[in-house]
Amino acid sequence: MTSLTAAGPARRKRRLDLTVPLFLSPTLLLLLVFVAYPFLRAIWLSFTDTSLLGGTLGFVGLDNFRSLFADPSFPTYLRNSVAWTVGGVGLQLVFGVAGALILNQRFRLRGVVRGLAMIPWATPSVLVALIWMWLLDPNHGLVNAVLTRVGLMHSPVAWFGNPHSALATLVVVDAWQGIPFFAVMVLAALQAVPEELKESARTDGCGVLRVFRYITVPSILPTVLITLVLRLIWTANYIDLAYVLTGGGPGIASTTVPLQSYLTAYKEGALGSGAGYAVVQALVLAVLVAIYIRLTQRREA
Amino acid sequence: MVVLERALPTRAGRSVDRVSVPSGVALKRLLGRPALYVVIALWMVCTLGPYVVMALTSVTPESQLVAYGMSRLPSQLSLRGYAELFSTTPFVHYMVNSAVTALGTVVFALVVASAAAISLSRFRFRGRTTVLTALLVAQLFPAVLLVIPLSTMLRSGHLLNSRPGLVLVYVTFATPFATYLLKGFLDGLPRELDEAATVDGCSPMQMVGHILVPLLRPGLTAAGTYIFIFSWNEFLYALTFTSSTAAQTIPVGLQLFIGDYEIRWDLLTAGGVIAAVPVLVGFMLVQKQLIGGLAAGAVKG
Repeated sequence: MTSLTAAGPARRKRRLDLTVPLFLSPTLLLLLVFVAYPFLRAIWLSFTDTSLLGGTLGFVGLDNFRSLFADPSFPTYLRNSVAWTVGGVGLQLVFGVAGALILNQRFRLRGVVRGLAMIPWATPSVLVALIWMWLLDPNHGLVNAVLTRVGLMHSPVAWFGNPHSALATLVVVDAWQGIPFFAVMVLAALQAVPEELKESARTDGCGVLRVFRYITVPSILPTVLITLVLRLIWTANYIDLAYVLTGGGPGIASTTVPLQSYLTAYKEGALGSGAGYAVVQALVLAVLVAIYIRLTQRREA
Repeated sequence: MVVLERALPTRAGRSVDRVSVPSGVALKRLLGRPALYVVIALWMVCTLGPYVVMALTSVTPESQLVAYGMSRLPSQLSLRGYAELFSTTPFVHYMVNSAVTALGTVVFALVVASAAAISLSRFRFRGRTTVLTALLVAQLFPAVLLVIPLSTMLRSGHLLNSRPGLVLVYVTFATPFATYLLKGFLDGLPRELDEAATVDGCSPMQMVGHILVPLLRPGLTAAGTYIFIFSWNEFLYALTFTSSTAAQTIPVGLQLFIGDYEIRWDLLTAGGVIAAVPVLVGFMLVQKQLIGGLAAGAVKG
């Protein structure tokens, strides 16, 4: 009996040492091979003139970056990136918070509505693109038909074909797809606001708006911030919609930096130069990533 | 949106607000219940309307679509879009590739992620926080940065244009979030259970196998669904790493169709409906757990 209890902890401790490495190694191996190594390799590629067809693998130093910054279109890519990211996430923030407040009310079929509201999140990006391509079709699209019929427009608009509306339309489609996720994140935070706190504020004579301002806003603010940064990172990197709907056009009217990276690498076949754009993108985003990690870890601590 | 519109004027005159709004007023009373239902109905129309239009388009005769688009309801139902999709296009191949890739990813990623989640939730060891941060950061890398080196790596491993190659990449990128989801679930299971098992003489392996895995089942369902949705919907990697019907998935196929069948909206939307059904059904079945896990995973870190 005594010997058993004495042997127990020692044996357990030895096994523990094996369990953790065994359980973690597949994940760590995958991350090393398919994330860390490609990351370093992408940086290396950006200093070479590697082509898609496996051509020369010569070291060209900073040439890719020099020609990238010298490109007269680069400021447009940057501006488009900022407009796309800030526009899309801005809409998601405003409507996401409003949506969360609505979903937090008590109403019939609330559970079903919450589920249905999230459907765009679970939809393939190409399908979102296809649906909106059809709804916004200049000749047969429902949106143009409705808007001209109620008299808001005189003639149908080619939403994606016009350099002035292409990017803005993409932003709206992105918001349509992204608002539900934002709303659900904020909703989770709203549900964690202690009801007693709100109740006692009310008995102290606070009106709806003051309860919202002094109780609700401070308690959901960390989540809103984290979601905001997370969405900024995701949206900045998100090129599926633009790739399918406009291909970056008309001209370069809706080309963002990551899209240009992809097009350079796989349409022009210049992997090295494409990697250059991606490295610039990653450097800019590194700031946001650092903020995100800071915010989440402060939360945990 | 209405929430904000209504809230702003009141905030301007705070004294009015205090007089007219008695204590204990919820947002819904500020809005009024009918208004709340109107807003929710509008939201649902904006969210679900596009899917309804897509489904209706897929059963509208082609001749009517060419003449009127979707401005009229279909005069008769036609399944020709679906029939042609299966008889004249390689859509069946895309479906098989999507299903095999997604299910393969679910199996592998669940094993990898639950092992990682168990070690991160149940054991304390040096480097644990580093691993958690690494998982977080791995999700934030721009896909366009990794896609270029990954494509050259897969080519040298003869894994380009193959379903196993795609599965490997998807497992890598689905695992971090699935791990967080499962870890959150495990953290909610009382530790007394595994302590009791260990006291009863279970080895860590037995404890995991007999106690944790059975209890983890609901978490595995949610994580599995997340992984399925992720791989079924993924576009950029599939687009880059596949080049023939041997491995192309539904999103890639749909994107090709958009170019090839530009005016065949009955056919395109039929493909869209088939692409949407599995993920949306899966999502609705586990939406409650998944939404909860999503919110916790991204915010808590």
